[in-house]
Amino acid sequence: MNRTFRSLVYPYVVWISIMIVVPFLLIFLYSITESRGGPANLKFTLSHYKEFFSATNIKILSKSFILAFQTTIYCLILGFPTAWIISKISKSKQSVIILFFILPMWINMLLRTYAWQIILGRNGILSTILRPPLGLLGIDFQGLLYTDAAVIIGMVYNFLPFMVLPIYTTLIKIDKNIIDAAYDLGATTRQVFLRVIFPLSIPGIVTGIIMVFLPSISSFAIPRLLGGGQYVLIGNLIEKQFYLLGNWNFGSAISVILMIIILLSMRIMKNTDEAKTSGGGLGIPW
Amino acid sequence: MNKILKSFIFVLCISSIFILSNSKVNAQEKISLNVFNWGEYIDMSVIKDFEALYPNIDVIYETYDSNESMYTKLTTGDANYDVIIPSDYMLEKLIKEEWLLQLDYGKIPNRQYVRDDLLEKLEAEFSNDTRDSIAINDYAVPYFWGTVGILYDTDKVKKTVDSWEILWDEDYKKQIYMYDSQRDSLMVALKLLGYSMNSTNREELEAAKDLLIEQKPLVYAYVTDTVIRGMIDGEAALAVVYSGDAAYIMDESKYNLDFVIPKEGTNFWFDLMAIPKTSKNVDAAHKFINFMCDPEIALKNTEEVMYSSPIESVFNDVIEEEWANNIAYNPTNIDAFGGEIQTEIFRDPGEFIKTYDEIWSEVLSDGNYIIPLIIGGVILVGIGVYLVVFKKRKKRY
Repeated sequence: MNRTFRSLVYPYVVWISIMIVVPFLLIFLYSITESRGGPANLKFTLSHYKEFFSATNIKILSKSFILAFQTTIYCLILGFPTAWIISKISKSKQSVIILFFILPMWINMLLRTYAWQIILGRNGILSTILRPPLGLLGIDFQGLLYTDAAVIIGMVYNFLPFMVLPIYTTLIKIDKNIIDAAYDLGATTRQVFLRVIFPLSIPGIVTGIIMVFLPSISSFAIPRLLGGGQYVLIGNLIEKQFYLLGNWNFGSAISVILMIIILLSMRIMKNTDEAKTSGGGLGIPW
Repeated sequence: MNKILKSFIFVLCISSIFILSNSKVNAQEKISLNVFNWGEYIDMSVIKDFEALYPNIDVIYETYDSNESMYTKLTTGDANYDVIIPSDYMLEKLIKEEWLLQLDYGKIPNRQYVRDDLLEKLEAEFSNDTRDSIAINDYAVPYFWGTVGILYDTDKVKKTVDSWEILWDEDYKKQIYMYDSQRDSLMVALKLLGYSMNSTNREELEAAKDLLIEQKPLVYAYVTDTVIRGMIDGEAALAVVYSGDAAYIMDESKYNLDFVIPKEGTNFWFDLMAIPKTSKNVDAAHKFINFMCDPEIALKNTEEVMYSSPIESVFNDVIEEEWANNIAYNPTNIDAFGGEIQTEIFRDPGEFIKTYDEIWSEVLSDGNYIIPLIIGGVILVGIGVYLVVFKKRKKRY
């Protein structure tokens, strides 16, 4: 019985090796070779990695890091209370609200980002509401488009569901008896939250942070559309190497460096999570 | 079980649609002609007209947004393109690297309608030169041509706009759209400094870089096609735009806009149709180029995208009817047409393009990084300390 089911795994193993392992090895191969002259005379070199550590690229990397970090913090600040509130209301309403969170994800991400351009633009919806004729603020509001704020708004909007869903899943899984026990033993509401509920939801928070941090550090479409090309992020740099310059080797080297950074940060997140055995809603794969 | 059965039938239906639609094409044995053009650069009904005229040719139309991305796709992908429409300097690069086929003008009789002065200008630029001379007209037929200038809102900008210098004016802070392309933006700075836009002098480029970095706080955004929507909606007061886009924006916008070619000179450019050597349908490709030079078709295209047509009768018709005084469509004040503004044509800088790229990256990545660097450093140190502490704690257990 166990064996027959085990054979069902093989298609998945084949899929993983073709779609993930082989491309990854190719990227790695590209990053350590010089491809001029075809595969016959491959020349191994580490020059692409050396090339990366220039002042310009370090600037780009730190800027991407900061933006992703900010996005993650804002997602957490917004996401945790949201998940908390959702987990508190009645079961039937919960599924409706969760559906509202997932619904926008059915629409293409680029389309939704273009919509933000219209909202945040100088003559956009937000400006029209805030500016003198209507004058809710009474100041000459110039819109937020093409600023850091616009990029962060766009990213938080796009990635917030990835924070809310795992936290929500861990919150509803918490055994109500534990909370009742805490109250019975004389804990205040604040103590119950800080000493019981929050620690128990940490696996979900960790998953959420990873799920938000990963796409935001490597995203290139949102910063370009909402940031107005004012700065280059690591994602834009990689895209440019492949798309504009045809320098696949250097592009691969940057990708590998980015992957190492991501793996390191996930390693650290995993350490924080070590003590708690139950994974978050979406689980960490290792 | 019922659910599984239903979904299985659903998948079957969907896949059969694909299979059926595929077999339909195969049955008629059509030639497919891959056309690779700039985005929003054609009247799409023209493609239908072409297919109606040649029922056995099926046009597959793809677009790109920069010469560089077109080059990368053409030279590294497996895609076979039959007709491409690069700009002057990219065409030069492709010819030098032997990517293009010499055209057979016996198959393109409509080329006779192309303005002679434009062909002569191209010939003169690319053959009488200290660099390797290239018979550009043997490889390509002009599709559109034009200039680059400043489009501005006459209600918001009260100063006279006749120089690139207006783009460095503090009064228009966050009111300026620049072009997000290394060659176009550097052209503006190089011209303002009085250098050639084809400069291969590192010091001149460094000076241009400093100028662009100085301008950065004033720039609203670096964009490409987004400028069209932005200027139509009045998002900014000034923009560096291509002449045809300027004509289109002025036609569509409710704001009072004007287009100026700055006195320091500008880019006089051509986009030309060519056939790559990798083309599998050379004959059909010639037919397509010939069709695009047909005055009736060229008129449709120019009316749709509002770029200046190289077809003599079409150009004359348009300026007679409405745009005689539109500098964007009819740049009478540039040297090529007897005016006083000096223009240049972009040339391929060869390996020096890497320096252009480097300079442009430095411009874009410049900014206030001190605070991010400090925060980033603190985070990294924190992580390091955490790791060390954690390791120690683990040992204790």
